Amino acid sequence: MSKIFHAAAGMGRKLQGQALVAKDGFSARYDLDRIKGVFSRPEHKLAGESYVGRVLVLDAAKGGVATAWMLYEMQSRGVMPAALVLNAVNPIMVQGVALADFTMISGFDCDITQAIPTGAMVEIDPTAERPFIRLL
Amino acid sequence: MASGLHPGKGRIAAVNYAALNFGMRLTDQEQAMRAGTFGPAVQWAIEHQIKVGTYLGAEDFVPVTQAHIMADTESLGVAGVEWLERWARLPDKQRRVRIPTITDPRGTDFASAHKLKHQPWMLDLERRAIAAFESLGILMTDTCINYQTIMAPVRGEHCAYGDTGVTIYGNSVCGARSNFEGGPSALSAGLTGRTPRYGYHLDERRQATLIVHTDFTPRELTDWGALGGIVGRLAGDYWQVPALVGVDRVPTSDEMKHFGAALASYGSVALFHMAGITPEAQRLDDVVASDRELRSHDVGEADIRAFQESYAKGIDTVDLVVFSAPQLSLVEMSEVAALLDGRRATIPLLAITSPQVKPDADRMGLTARIEAAGGTVLSGMCFYQSYAREMAEANGWKKLATNSAKLTNILGGYGYQPALLSMARCVEAACAGGKLA
Repeated sequence: MSKIFHAAAGMGRKLQGQALVAKDGFSARYDLDRIKGVFSRPEHKLAGESYVGRVLVLDAAKGGVATAWMLYEMQSRGVMPAALVLNAVNPIMVQGVALADFTMISGFDCDITQAIPTGAMVEIDPTAERPFIRLL
Repeated sequence: MASGLHPGKGRIAAVNYAALNFGMRLTDQEQAMRAGTFGPAVQWAIEHQIKVGTYLGAEDFVPVTQAHIMADTESLGVAGVEWLERWARLPDKQRRVRIPTITDPRGTDFASAHKLKHQPWMLDLERRAIAAFESLGILMTDTCINYQTIMAPVRGEHCAYGDTGVTIYGNSVCGARSNFEGGPSALSAGLTGRTPRYGYHLDERRQATLIVHTDFTPRELTDWGALGGIVGRLAGDYWQVPALVGVDRVPTSDEMKHFGAALASYGSVALFHMAGITPEAQRLDDVVASDRELRSHDVGEADIRAFQESYAKGIDTVDLVVFSAPQLSLVEMSEVAALLDGRRATIPLLAITSPQVKPDADRMGLTARIEAAGGTVLSGMCFYQSYAREMAEANGWKKLATNSAKLTNILGGYGYQPALLSMARCVEAACAGGKLA
């Protein structure tokens, strides 16, 4: 039986993808080389890893306000993760996801970065009555 | 650094916005906005706000008196500028903001762009963004220190601030009420005159969630920034409200600015209290619910020194010195000028301020003193919001000294190796060919 984890809130579309997981934060300005599509902050646990097309499973939204624009800009060039799955969001991440028409779920009863292994195929459904991520 | 972690409510469970996640109540006017009565820009804006408010558990809207938009073109990109231009082409009555709406720093200082090797395409994109904003009725203040230069908010005033440093200063030092409002949401607030009522617009969210005791009241701005960075890391996410206990004097506005900016940067924190100092925490009990057990931490001078030294590791020479993030107040400009008097910077030294401070700095001779010593004064931009990666590549900049903990936190991702030093040590380095003493 597949394992399912329910989120407090979600936005966007149902999709499947491969998870990229770390117990670390997320900020488009602080953490990414948005041209190359990789994590670029040396201290980030995913430094050097490509995020393009991956379901990012991370701890908390970090950093400043730029992500609210940057997700839209990244989406326009197609250099973008497939979805964001976070233990804790900040308003900026929600605002950016809303503008970019992107997919995100957040808020779990467990630490989601410990529940999903990197490389796992997952399904996300933010449109469900109780949004969820499921290990396939 | 000692921690007394009380299990109680875990950080993850504490973010229980789902429990509040139902539809927002709309007034007749808000329903008319949603129906398109005021045109497509306002219609988009309120729809965007409803999406955000619903996700974050807002029950209704709250009127706001001012909005502040972060929208440098490195963040906007071509796609974001084109998006703004679509609204700017609407008829006049459908496109103008309805409350005072101002801007965060731009992506360049046009007068000095050549010194930074900013490219013509960057300047063109900036001009297009500025034209679009002006068409929307937005005041191009280009500053992240509007609380020092434009109009500080009043305790209890609901605002829509689009810069983390502005938000945390307004909330904490002034007692105003704002969440982080990214560019699209701050613009929405300008267009609708309101924002979803969640987070720091609510009394219950403004209570402390952790206590930080310190026996060391910083002296230098960079020490305040380091303290903010440490507390930010301890806090961990947006929904945490640290209360600092033990500060033994009232900090200056610049000290609060550096502390708050770093706290917001490292922790994504939007509100702090300082017992006996900030307006909502005249007594610690004012911000700590009696039935709530909070985690607590001790932070001392050794922690601050360790934090600073962690950034200087392996750096003996820097390529440039930057004073920015936040923009410098007139007092900071004066301090930089005094430190440079009679000396000569032999590597680039950038002192970045607001368009409101710059004319005063010119009039009082501060700009001339800094530039006579080899420094460069820039205004209306901020270093990290001004194509930092491209500047590094074009100028061969890699190692950088700054007294801003916020800047230190950001620039690693742009390929820089930052050293976090006092203002005096930064100037020493600039006058010693970049060599760190």
